Amino acid sequence: MPKDPTLKKVMVIGSGPIVIGQAAEFDYAGTQACQSLREEGLQVVLVNSNPATIMTDPAMADRVYIEPLAPEYVAEVIARERPDGLLPTLGGQVGLNLAVELARQGVLQRHGVRLLGTPLEAIQKAEDRELFKATMAALGEPVPESRIVHKVAEALEFAEATGYPVIVRPAYTLGGTGGGLADNPDDLESVTRRGLKLSPVGQCLIERSVAGFKEVEYEVLRDGRDNAVIVCNMENVDPVGIHTGDSIVVAPSQTLSDKEYQMLRSASLRIIRSLGIQGGCNVQFALDPKSQQYYVIEVNPRVSRSSALASKATGYPIAKVAAKIAIGLGLDEIVNPVTGSTTAGFEPALDYVVVKIPRWPFDKLTTALRSLGTQMKATGEVMAIERTFEAALLKAVRSVELGRMGLWRPGLAAVEEEELTRRLTAADDERLWLVAEALRRGRTVEQVSDQTGIDRYFVERTARIVRMERELRAVAEGGAAGTPSLPAPPGQPAGSKQTSAAPPGPGEPLPSDLLRRAKRLGLADAQIAALTGTTEEDVRAQRLGRGIGSVYKMVDTCAAEFEAATPYYYATYEGEDELAPSTRPRVLVLGSGPIRIGQGIEFDYASVHAVKAIRASGREALIINCNPETVSTDFDTADRLFFDPLALEDVLNVIESEQPQGVICQFGGQTAINLAGSLAERGVTILGTAVEEMDRAEDRRKFDALLEETGVPRPAGGAVTSAPEALEVASRVGYPVLVRPSYVLGGRAMEIVYTPDELVDYMHRAVLVSHDRPVLVDRYLSGVELEVDAVADGQDVLVAGIMQHVERAGVHSGDSIAVYPTPGVSESVRRQVVDHTVTLARALKVRGLLNLQFVAAGEDVYVLEVNPRSSRTVPYLTKVTGLPLVTLATQVILGQSLRELGYSTGLWPEPPYVGVKAPVFSWSKLLQVDTALGPEMKSTGEVMGLGETYAEALYKALLAAGIAPPEGKPVLITVADRDKAEVLEVARGLAAHGHTIFATAGTCRYLLQNGVSAEPVYKLSEGSTEILDLIRGGTVGLVVNTMTRGRAPERDGFQIRRTAVEHGVACLTSLDTAQALLTVMAGEAGREPNGEKAAAGHAFLRVRSLQEYQALAAPLPGGPQP
Amino acid sequence: MSPTRAALVLEDGAVFLGEAFGAAGSARGEVVFNTGMTGYQEVLTDPSYAGQMVVMTYPLVGNYGINLDDSESWKPHVRGFIVREVCDEPSHWRSVQSLNDYLKANRILGLSGVDTRALTRHLRRHGTLRGVLTTDIPQERAGHGPDTAALPPDVPDAALPPEMVARLAEEARQVRLDGIVAEVTTPRPYHFGLPLPVASEPPFRVAVLDFGVKQNILRELVRHGCDVTVLPAATPADDVLALHPDGVLLSNGPGDPKDVPEAVDTTRALLGRVPIFGICLGHQILALSLGADTYKLGYGHRGSNHPVKDLASGRITITTQNHGYAIRDESVADLPVTVTHRNLNDRTVEGLRHLELPAFSVQYHPEAGPGPQDSDQLFDAFLQQMRDFRNRHDQACGGGTNTERGADSGLGAGAPNTQPATI
Repeated sequence: MPKDPTLKKVMVIGSGPIVIGQAAEFDYAGTQACQSLREEGLQVVLVNSNPATIMTDPAMADRVYIEPLAPEYVAEVIARERPDGLLPTLGGQVGLNLAVELARQGVLQRHGVRLLGTPLEAIQKAEDRELFKATMAALGEPVPESRIVHKVAEALEFAEATGYPVIVRPAYTLGGTGGGLADNPDDLESVTRRGLKLSPVGQCLIERSVAGFKEVEYEVLRDGRDNAVIVCNMENVDPVGIHTGDSIVVAPSQTLSDKEYQMLRSASLRIIRSLGIQGGCNVQFALDPKSQQYYVIEVNPRVSRSSALASKATGYPIAKVAAKIAIGLGLDEIVNPVTGSTTAGFEPALDYVVVKIPRWPFDKLTTALRSLGTQMKATGEVMAIERTFEAALLKAVRSVELGRMGLWRPGLAAVEEEELTRRLTAADDERLWLVAEALRRGRTVEQVSDQTGIDRYFVERTARIVRMERELRAVAEGGAAGTPSLPAPPGQPAGSKQTSAAPPGPGEPLPSDLLRRAKRLGLADAQIAALTGTTEEDVRAQRLGRGIGSVYKMVDTCAAEFEAATPYYYATYEGEDELAPSTRPRVLVLGSGPIRIGQGIEFDYASVHAVKAIRASGREALIINCNPETVSTDFDTADRLFFDPLALEDVLNVIESEQPQGVICQFGGQTAINLAGSLAERGVTILGTAVEEMDRAEDRRKFDALLEETGVPRPAGGAVTSAPEALEVASRVGYPVLVRPSYVLGGRAMEIVYTPDELVDYMHRAVLVSHDRPVLVDRYLSGVELEVDAVADGQDVLVAGIMQHVERAGVHSGDSIAVYPTPGVSESVRRQVVDHTVTLARALKVRGLLNLQFVAAGEDVYVLEVNPRSSRTVPYLTKVTGLPLVTLATQVILGQSLRELGYSTGLWPEPPYVGVKAPVFSWSKLLQVDTALGPEMKSTGEVMGLGETYAEALYKALLAAGIAPPEGKPVLITVADRDKAEVLEVARGLAAHGHTIFATAGTCRYLLQNGVSAEPVYKLSEGSTEILDLIRGGTVGLVVNTMTRGRAPERDGFQIRRTAVEHGVACLTSLDTAQALLTVMAGEAGREPNGEKAAAGHAFLRVRSLQEYQALAAPLPGGPQP
Repeated sequence: MSPTRAALVLEDGAVFLGEAFGAAGSARGEVVFNTGMTGYQEVLTDPSYAGQMVVMTYPLVGNYGINLDDSESWKPHVRGFIVREVCDEPSHWRSVQSLNDYLKANRILGLSGVDTRALTRHLRRHGTLRGVLTTDIPQERAGHGPDTAALPPDVPDAALPPEMVARLAEEARQVRLDGIVAEVTTPRPYHFGLPLPVASEPPFRVAVLDFGVKQNILRELVRHGCDVTVLPAATPADDVLALHPDGVLLSNGPGDPKDVPEAVDTTRALLGRVPIFGICLGHQILALSLGADTYKLGYGHRGSNHPVKDLASGRITITTQNHGYAIRDESVADLPVTVTHRNLNDRTVEGLRHLELPAFSVQYHPEAGPGPQDSDQLFDAFLQQMRDFRNRHDQACGGGTNTERGADSGLGAGAPNTQPATI
């Protein structure tokens, strides 16, 4: 029973879409919170706009509202549901800001809703820079000298007085958005200007830089009775100056003596107590590496990314406990679910080391500024657990999936000495590898530590890995040629560190001791193989032959002090194996690794549902994953969780230990799919669609043969390996053509090419990207793009739904707005889509999920892609239809037929309402990235809008995605010549709604000629900044801009788009999106009573829970249409 | 150079092989584990670990070296130190020495490369076991390089000869910790430091019965303005009272409280005549003096994360603990004491208060070092107890003078005059 008996119904606010600075960690937090509250007998009402989350499953809360996280919508939910309390601290900064706003507007008071957990004034004291400073001063806790500013001049004044560099921190923003380090007045002016704009309260803190200090964080929990504990402390390997979200982080701290550990621990407790926090909180410190001087840098009065990491690092369920605290329970009244016998009132003891490495999006967004600073750039992260820092670090390197198995990469050897020093000092995403490279070249630990600001301890540990590389190489070389052929690093002759054992001859095995030491240090088989000139398979065989295998240790929160029943394991190369054999049949699910562009939380959603379905079938569900932010790595999701890399070696280790019936790869995104082939080759049973069938869908030539055989049409094209071949294909099918390398996900390096010159240019660049893999050249069809998710059992094919993309083919499907059911697609097209889906699913003998993309040009339907796996749209479609796609797919994979489950072949009946999925981008975090949409995916997350009509659902989706109608403000239009005819309609619509239109010369002339009044503005290339000033000054409320070819206009367009993003003005780069916005405006107008102008969105201000929507849909299971 | 192999052989015949660090040779003792993630220097030098070999469950030890400030006594007291990995390149601005060099200098055996989690689980299942740690085992193993020492025992050629294991296990079974307090207590009384001046009242004179006292207890007393005299464990009650102390602190210390019956007698004689505060072993001694009973815990409490609940206030405190014995719950039922604190993990007695007399005690370490500094207020409570007692005593005696008591102390020869000049 909750301690507070007046609480019956509690509302939880989620964090909305995944953006940089706010990833899957809040799905984990929100899901735990909902479960935790329901355990206490409370009714839970959830609001979140992100459909890809587990927390928005109708089973997670009594009422789930997938509605925009805008104050008016949440207020509407409150008015409808009348919750007794609101839990604001588990939905990240978004949830917190929203709760603060609702309180400020008096909504909470009006409906008698109490804010649960941390009180409002505590939130304000921690979040508001001025109040925070005052609180710390009253407490005697040191903070770096700083000044709160509301004007640029004030910032300059402060820096003048204290000296540069200074750090700019905007108030109330996510992940340090808009912040940065300024070395000089010019930088300071621009950073402050941006920061003031991005801060919802127009406030920035200008702070003396303590860059170079150690950065240490403490995760604290406090209950309503003033009991407080530290769950975990963490040390950033990177010093202060690099955002903690972009730092390599280790837990617990490695270089703090007990005195310092306790000094900061006590400070954390004083701070959380003085703020009055009830729940979770994160305190960040800067600690002088040469004295005991410390500064409090930041306090987050809520569950954060760091608390997700701390939770997974220790096994302590922070969000679950924080939720219970919020409803009045004390720490000692909450059971530690890991031991089952002790309480939540304790501090975990770790007997392992945890290393987190961020995952940056620079592999996709190749033009982004890669330097690391105070503004976070990572989209996700991985965590690794091992018994030593080196081994944990190397596991994390394998987990992050950048194609690197260790710290050794031949490419880095080419970096010039000076460049190396510069990059070590400046810090970018390759820093870790550069540190290793510097050590490899003979720079000392001291030198590298001085150049990077990384503590000597961590550099020395990295040096141990480098020494092991050298030893392995030396042994191999010694064996092969007698003398080392690799250049010896200066001051350290290669081979000097050889073991006492004699070097092996050619093809001879490695010495046992060396192999054992290399494995204990954490080197991957693949890395050992690369260094010794053999294969991964050979290294594996060698070590297994000599009994060098991994064992599994338990994460138990208490360093083995108490008996624990946790199912949470990690691999290590040590004595005792704690994995108790199970007699029940079991199935292994491969997770999806770090959140990245192209592979987001949707795949964690699918993995979790697969696990649930396996458990429901009476089997044991095992999962491997390395992402600490997710629900799939929660301690109670699977029967057994292996927190290990999704690399072949690590997966094989688990399989050998557990001997599962089979492995399911189709839910973990490309990460899991990529492993399927290698696993199958080694005799592992892959459940579901056969590996060779998956290959038939991926391999262009086999796929073409399949289409030939089945008679399913596809756009004309071909696979080429040279520029002349490409030109030949292009001239055959006609320009424009869509070109892309084969075997990639997320549309990497995909482009629409309009001319032979561009094609030749692409081929030169693409060959570098894709090596010997062919490039695909296809006719670009500018039609309606359609997408389908279906479940098949080899015989029957249940087509869950046909979705239509608002943006035409050419914009990556992940960046497109998707609509279901399709608003304007003919019956004949729909029939073709279903027929093709059924045909292909049967031909590929799909067992489980498949996703298909089509383009409909007029009444002709062509298939673009078939992916026999879970897709990005599966959670969205599941939520709109109520059809549990992943569950069905898993049941099929485990051997049931669709007919046994009550389903048959055909299209699932469409509901009498509409769901729109819209992409969300993280532009403001990534400088120098062009926001124009194209075939390469750029979005980091998504939202969903539900409504009775297309316009209503679209309005909600756009609002939730941050694209609101321009509310009476002027609109700026500047488009390419080929788009002018099309933009006319958009402009006409906007003008009809009373918007003034600004347009650049060409566009303006065209509009005027066609009877749309517009005001001309100068282009940048005409030597005026007028156009940027209109955006910066907030004059225009919307920008419509399409890509123009040619150097100068491209640069102009880029500047316009970036300026809009950085000043928070919506910028549409696709006319389809602009059309969609018009639909919304028209729909709104249509609903306005008495033709009076209502406030924006007013017409659609209605909310309905997902459960209510789903009740309107067809009852389950029903007979689909034949 | 190959590292030296070393082995830990437990009394039940379990063998843990690893690499030696610190000194070479052999050592015997009780093997216990500590779950603290920091504070190895404090653990090494805590006299309560006398006679024991400590396994650190946190795998990386020695990262920040050894410094000049963080010792809990003037030398390490453990008989052996067992870790997963020892750091030879410490990184810390206060570090003056590596852990390896420190143990070597103090002739203490270290063992690294051990699966300390397996060892901890073994101790958890079988209870605290005695063991022998030795480098006197076969070192040469043909065809193996430097890593052979760290081979797990399940690798056939890593195993020790069975007769050697049997002999070492038998040796382990001979280990006795009787008389261990006598080994660590001060041989003669001494005065500790200068009390910090505390406003408005004369400093409290505190006599510390040293059963193996940690420096941080003394530092805390001084920080709270006490005038501290440390006495040998066997000091009779009359000699203690001759100091006219305002209070007596029964310190922490190693071993079984029943092995120091004279201290129990002393405490019994002091009860009611002077305020008493017991810490750890001191807590157990106070309990025994009141007629309670103690027993040996399966594997003890050693670490910096033990939750203790104050039964009166309901407050939870995270505490540092280091004890192998505890007070038998039912034995205090009929005594004039109240259980003030309990361990949240296993509900054991963590604090006692006499219902009438000024005496209280805790099983944990309010002085921290290592561990959380959350229990500092217990020293304030001790001060308050002394203040109340002094006030009552002063009223009863018509205002006895502090100067009198200070003048004839006769102890702490050469100790500076610690009375503030204002008196």
